[in-house]
Formats: sequence, structure tokens, C-alpha cells
Amino acid sequence: MVNVLEIIGIDSYIYLSVILFCIGVFGILYRRNAIIMFMCIEIMLNSANMLLVAFSTYHQDASGQVFVFFTMAVAAAEVAVGLAILVAIFRNIGSIDIDNLKNLKG
Amino acid sequence: MIEILFYILSTLTIGSAVLTILSKNPIHSAIWLVVSFFSIAGHYILLNAQFLGMVHIMVYSGAIMILMLFTIMLMNLNVTNEIQKPFVTKIVATISFCLVGVLLLSIAMRANQSFELNYAQTGEDFQSVHVLGKILLDEYVVPFEMVAILLLLSMIGAVLISKKDKKVA
Repeated sequence: MVNVLEIIGIDSYIYLSVILFCIGVFGILYRRNAIIMFMCIEIMLNSANMLLVAFSTYHQDASGQVFVFFTMAVAAAEVAVGLAILVAIFRNIGSIDIDNLKNLKG
Repeated sequence: MIEILFYILSTLTIGSAVLTILSKNPIHSAIWLVVSFFSIAGHYILLNAQFLGMVHIMVYSGAIMILMLFTIMLMNLNVTNEIQKPFVTKIVATISFCLVGVLLLSIAMRANQSFELNYAQTGEDFQSVHVLGKILLDEYVVPFEMVAILLLLSMIGAVLISKKDKKVA
């Protein structure tokens, strides 16, 4: 089986993942809509996943892909609970603007 | 050929991720995020991880995006009632984006020399469904069961949290 990374190069994948992760960080800081922030968390998780798959191909080892399965399951669980929390917040406050969530402020 | 494919897919991924953040309408953001997820699945298929690509499309573009779109429509978010962040916050966000990017990229470039030309070439099959299933249910069977419990608990938790309170208003 041909190692695809010999053509592309692992460093291209590292740079792509870094840029994706930075875009996720930027989105978290830039937007105040809680759903968009969830999407940015998904982008960051995906960048990490992509690097795991790239290095799994690099080492020709299947364990990296198994870790990606676990990450996907955790991401699905996190999104389900997080969106349920958002729905509960929206029902109580009437918006999901994160600046309105200051009930826990000391 | 593969290189051109990689660059097209990368442009698509980064562009749609940026558009996810910059779209005013949350539904447009969700649709751009679907485009981004599909291009990431394309990357997986490019890396010969076909099964993972299919699972990615099913989990992310199927389950998670449906959940997000459903929530957005349930909340009836409009573009008009979205208040913009103050200008200072945006500038600080951009500055910290640049700082994190420069830091991580420089670390990656510095680490570049250590893994140059070390591509493993075992020649044996390591990522078909057959091999993945054997590893998942042999070496990693305890985490696998834990993930099953986690998914069940998160489902119960989501139902409990989003249920309407009947006693206390």
C-alpha cells in the first residue's frame, strides 16, 4: 500500500491542522452566539482528529484511527448535552447571548 | 494529482471554516460547517482511511449538524437580535488569533526537522475495516464499552436537562 504522505508531506497536514485550530480559537473569542461557539469547538476537535489520522498514516499504525473513533463519540455526547443546556438556558433567559449569562458572577 | 487534490480540499476546509465564523445568520454558519466537515471527510479518504471518512460524514454531517440546525430553528434566532461585540473585543480576538497562530506554526516549523523523511512503509494493510475492528474489539475493548456507557448517559442527561419543569415555573 502506497503511503500517501510521501507525496503530500506530513508538514502540510500539520500546518493545515494548526490553521484550523487557530480559526476555532478565533471564532470562540470573536462571536458571542453560544451555538456558533459550539461550532468552533467542533472545528477545533476536527483539526485534532485530522492530525491523528495523518500521523496514523505516517506511522502505518491503526491505533490513531481508533482514538479518532473515541473522539467522535465524546464529541457527539458533548454536543447533545451542550445543546440541551442551551435549550434550557434559552427557556429561562430568552436569549443565548453569552454576555447575558452572568448569574454565576460573584 | 494527489497534491492538487490536497490543496483544493485544504482551501475548501479553511475557507468554509472562516465563513462559518463570519456569517451573520446562524443557519448559514451551520451550512458552511457542513461543507467544512465534508472536506475533512475528503481528507480522510485521501489518507486512505475510507471507513473513518464514512463514519465522519455520518456522525458530523448527519447527527451533529441535524442537532444544531434543530436547535437553531427551535430558538428562532434572527439576524436582527444579534448584538455585535464591542470593537475592542474584536481587535483583541484578532490579535490573539495571530499570536496563537504564529506560536503554533513556529513550533511546528521548528519540530519539522525531526520527522523529515521517516515515512513508515510496512506494506501491510493497517486501516481496513477488518483490521480496525480487530484492534477496536481486542486491544481497546474496555474504552469501547466506556464510550457506549458515555453515549447512553449523555442521552439520558440531554433528555433530563431539556425536559420542561412542571412543578416549579
